[in-house]
Amino acid sequence: MSQPVLRVEDLHVWFDLSGGRELHAVQGVSFELRPGERMGLVGESGCGKTTTILAIMGLLPGSASVAGKVFLDGENVLEKGEETVSPHRWRDVSMVFQGAMNAFNPVKTIGSQIAEPMELHGTATGKAAKAQVRELLELVGISGSRADRYPHEFSGGMRQRAAIALSLACEPKVLLADEPTTALDVMVQAQILELLVRLTHDLGLSMILVTHDLPVVAQVCDRAAVMYAGEIAEMGEMSTIYHDPRHPYTRMLFAATPDLLGEDDVKSIPGAPPRLDREMVGCPFAPRCDSTFAPCTVTHPRRIEVGPGHEAICHLNDTVMVEESA
Amino acid sequence: MSAEAAAPAPLLEVERVVTRYPVPRGIVGAMGRRPKLVVHAVEGVTFSVGPGEMLALVGESGCGKTSTAHTVVRMVDYQDGSIRFRGREIGKLSQREMRPLRREIQMIYQDPYESLDPRFTVRDAVEEPLVVHGIAGSRQERDAQVREALVRAGLTPPDLYIDRYPHELSGGQRQRVAIAASLVLKPQLLVADEPVSMLDVSVRAGILSLLDSLRRDGMGILMITHDLSTAAHFADRIAVMYLGRIVEEGPARDVVRNPQHPYTRALISVVPKRDPREQTAPQILTGETPNPVHVPTGCRFHPRCPIAESRCTSIDPSLQPPAGAEAPDHRAACIVTAPGPDAGEVGPDGRGMPAAPAA
Repeated sequence: MSQPVLRVEDLHVWFDLSGGRELHAVQGVSFELRPGERMGLVGESGCGKTTTILAIMGLLPGSASVAGKVFLDGENVLEKGEETVSPHRWRDVSMVFQGAMNAFNPVKTIGSQIAEPMELHGTATGKAAKAQVRELLELVGISGSRADRYPHEFSGGMRQRAAIALSLACEPKVLLADEPTTALDVMVQAQILELLVRLTHDLGLSMILVTHDLPVVAQVCDRAAVMYAGEIAEMGEMSTIYHDPRHPYTRMLFAATPDLLGEDDVKSIPGAPPRLDREMVGCPFAPRCDSTFAPCTVTHPRRIEVGPGHEAICHLNDTVMVEESA
Repeated sequence: MSAEAAAPAPLLEVERVVTRYPVPRGIVGAMGRRPKLVVHAVEGVTFSVGPGEMLALVGESGCGKTSTAHTVVRMVDYQDGSIRFRGREIGKLSQREMRPLRREIQMIYQDPYESLDPRFTVRDAVEEPLVVHGIAGSRQERDAQVREALVRAGLTPPDLYIDRYPHELSGGQRQRVAIAASLVLKPQLLVADEPVSMLDVSVRAGILSLLDSLRRDGMGILMITHDLSTAAHFADRIAVMYLGRIVEEGPARDVVRNPQHPYTRALISVVPKRDPREQTAPQILTGETPNPVHVPTGCRFHPRCPIAESRCTSIDPSLQPPAGAEAPDHRAACIVTAPGPDAGEVGPDGRGMPAAPAA
């Protein structure tokens, strides 16, 4: 097994709220990403998906406190904050931001905006940067001659391709893509997903795809981490967690997602995710879960490895707990 | 024929409706005699919705599905065709004459964060339509009607919600309030424009099941959506739109499992499935939907069509029962997969019009 390109260890993020309160947005997230691997980070809004990847990029606002370790090529980039992250940002790990296709500066050409990180990080300047911009555009399926065009001259799908080209400007090893297809039509979504898969194949790029759309992850990713209330509730091979989910949330999330050819009834999950600005007792999913038993409302479940590379935080996998309450 | 006669008369019958928007030229354009351009948003669309039936109008952005919905509820002017509600032509009614009908045809919008007034309590929001339509009655009567609508929209017990403000509610609850504000008028037809696309996955199913139960109680529902999986699950019939036309229409199951139009086939092939082992090879069309200002000649799908023949550039196909269809009311507009007796009549603009459905 090759070394992971990215390793996140026990990551926590707190946001300061007014009145001295704190919101514990990410609560002990750990995972690894191997070269060329595509991992999905899924869950409802507010479960900590975006906060997790912003923490990896070192881009959280000043009101956030971060604990834990993020190793890029063996170096803990969180150690000294900005000082240790900035040399890696965009060069080793880069990001396609949510809504990136609408975030281009309207008065600058697409090409000059893609060249910006190259000049900032000193990977290429002047003519060399221009040549690289053309190559990148061709790589994402846009004619290099369009580098001198402005954002409004591109369609939504093309701006999203350009945003992907921008994220690849400094040849990163890891790409974090936050809802890259959410605002797009299904045909354009298919084009962008195909592009992302091709890039991981051709460039050996590793990718984390953040989305609320399980079928997109099922189509694109090898592995998935299902987040709930700031934790990874379940993580494993995509087809394992679909066919053998070991956390009721994963099962219920799949059951709430209509499938084109599925015959089963689509069921919503009752209630709403818990507030993260107060202490929680027991399992955070217990109030919405359909399989609770005695310990669920009392103790927080442990993370248990239920199979090779497959883990879940649920008392149902804890034989001691299940036997005791039987 | 007797079986057909027993079927309830459609609530809404839309026939060959054409909606176009002028493209503003500006003063410079007008002085310079630039040609007048129009957006061909809806180009001869025919469908019907019966009581207790849900029709899903699906397609990509810019295909004309929302324009069709807005035309049907008379929010935009249209150029040609007829719209009948319970057998009565409503297409030519003035806004004043439309007003009593608006009680019977209600609309639900995409974004419950935008559609509710933040200063209105749930009671105010649900009560307002009663006041607007002058059917308010006494305070007690209004209170009873508001509560009944909340219960029908799944907000039970109503006491828990009636005095709350939108910011105190979740997205799913807000959409239920918006639905309650429609139901309070006891409409017969609901037009729902992307009713769940702004909501979290976990609550979407609840809203869709609510619409489904209203349908079961006899309401006709026209749902606009870009999500084929949702349409496949909840609609009785699906009509697929492309550049202002319905290119395929039929029972939801048949359209999804046995698609006949090459556009529907491509669309269905790219919808990601839940099961990672079930992913089929996506048949990705290149480019994006062409601009509805410059509609391609012949079949409007031919420039992107994988099976287009040379005659497709000149023949504008009408909806016909395809050879491969299993359901009798499954139709597609494609001369390759659904060859019909005619190549479409010629419309007022010299372009083909889809044939009227067989009586």
